[in-house]
Amino acid sequence: MNALTFTLKNALKFSVNCSGLTPNSLESKSMTDIANTKVTYGNHSVQVTDLFDITGSDVTHIVFKNASNKMDYIGAHMSSGNITIEGNAGAYLGFTMKSGEIHCTGSAESYAACNMVGGLLKIDANVGDFLGAGSEGLRKGMRGGTVLIKGNAGDRVGDQMRRGLILIEGNVGDYCGSRMIAGTIGVLGNVGSYTAFNMHRGTLLLKNVPNLHATVQDCGTHTLPYLSLLFKSFKKYNTPFSQLSSQRVQRFVGDAAYKGNGEVLILNA
Amino acid sequence: MMMLLNTIQIDDTFAEAFNMRGTRVIITAQNLKWAYHAANAMTGFATSVIGCGVEAGIERELTTEETPDGRPGVSILMFAMGSKVLMQQLETRMGQCILTCPTAAAFSGIDGEDKISLGKHLRYFGDGFQTSKLIDGKRYWRIPVMDGEFITEETTGMVRAIGGGNFLILATSQPAALAAAEVAIEAMKKVPNVIMPFPGGVVRSGSKVGSKYKTMFASTNDAFCPTLKGATNTELSPEIESVMEIVIDGLTFEDIALSMKVGIEAICNLGAASGVKRISAGNYGGKLGPHLFKLHDILNGSNS
Repeated sequence: MNALTFTLKNALKFSVNCSGLTPNSLESKSMTDIANTKVTYGNHSVQVTDLFDITGSDVTHIVFKNASNKMDYIGAHMSSGNITIEGNAGAYLGFTMKSGEIHCTGSAESYAACNMVGGLLKIDANVGDFLGAGSEGLRKGMRGGTVLIKGNAGDRVGDQMRRGLILIEGNVGDYCGSRMIAGTIGVLGNVGSYTAFNMHRGTLLLKNVPNLHATVQDCGTHTLPYLSLLFKSFKKYNTPFSQLSSQRVQRFVGDAAYKGNGEVLILNA
Repeated sequence: MMMLLNTIQIDDTFAEAFNMRGTRVIITAQNLKWAYHAANAMTGFATSVIGCGVEAGIERELTTEETPDGRPGVSILMFAMGSKVLMQQLETRMGQCILTCPTAAAFSGIDGEDKISLGKHLRYFGDGFQTSKLIDGKRYWRIPVMDGEFITEETTGMVRAIGGGNFLILATSQPAALAAAEVAIEAMKKVPNVIMPFPGGVVRSGSKVGSKYKTMFASTNDAFCPTLKGATNTELSPEIESVMEIVIDGLTFEDIALSMKVGIEAICNLGAASGVKRISAGNYGGKLGPHLFKLHDILNGSNS
């Protein structure tokens, strides 16, 4: 069976909510039912065939072709299977994702991996603000799973993140790890201002020394044995993080303004 | 039926063993020297549940490829009569023997439906500075200590196990009995999933169930004491001057049976010159436990 493929017919004028087009939400539907599925386009409801050509029938693997950054909520609430996005994705990519794998070959807008609980999200280019953060009104962000970003990320990466792993090969914006509760964020590029702002716990694994504010304090250079366990867990991913081996790091702890016990580790110190 | 292996008589009897609860812990350190320091402390005073609470021993050395953190290490097995005692003893020994040992770390060495605390409560030693990491579905605790950080997995598995497998070495002299026991232990150490918890793997004070004294539930196995040959209902012939016992705890019946077979065959390979005349076993007439390790069946490979 070929992957169930949704090919975008024309450029979108409005945002389309793709949350109903996941392997678990389509698994019990016939091809006719899938074609008749309604999606929200702008402020009204349309049939999926109004926007997409549909080919293939394997609902465990869904492909979006010609994808655009107006396609929001791709993989939302996903609990099984695979989604491949050939192109860009809109906001809320992998929203509350529980299991499975999403691979976006382009860039994604803000709130990717928002409220994510489990699974793997890979983005080959850049991602917007609030990666792995909590959605509006929630006190906890990402609660599990793994996010791999090949490019850059925007501001507030991991805001209120509770658990899980985010690995970013490029640069990130301001407030990286802000209000972070737990989990791990790795960045090989540069980070912006106010890194670890109001950080409670968790780990920021950075290649370059950031401009930290006064309430994140230097604890010296150390060899931390737990990093061997962490680096071992990176081995299965296709990322430069899998090459890390040195357990020698400079350790900063904060945010003291928040009585925080979070850590910022500078690699190869 | 008479069985002779290389002139050594194998008694037509069985070892009686009982149900236990067991766990495995992997201990790593900067090098094997410190891994052994930690493991020896953790498995110290753990020869018999009669007085120690648990029976524990070092199972084997682990290569750097076999340990979770890529450092040298050893695996230890620990057995107790019940889950509550096992949990209590494991936590106590973790706190006093592994946490205190420089560079040592502890990890779960076995999966099981039941999970018991390894570092779950020990983390409070960190006084609020402890941090946890969930890596590949396993939770680890990092506790700041004076040499850096102590790493421990939160829990380890607890499984049903068997304790008290045994055999007796009957020889013409004490040195001969001990030398044969040492040969057996060296061979049995290569068998996985078992430990021989007594000093050097050998016990000289085998016990019987019960005593003439009301407060004692085990006492000397007088039938196998050579100096009582004329004073009790002895199991020993005139030329036997010393008896040594090897006790085995293991994760399964098959593991213990294999270990006994390997040990007995190693002794029998020594032949008549070793001074060993007979191999027997601790048979308590069904009073001790439900698992019967019949020596003839084990050596014939037909045990079940």
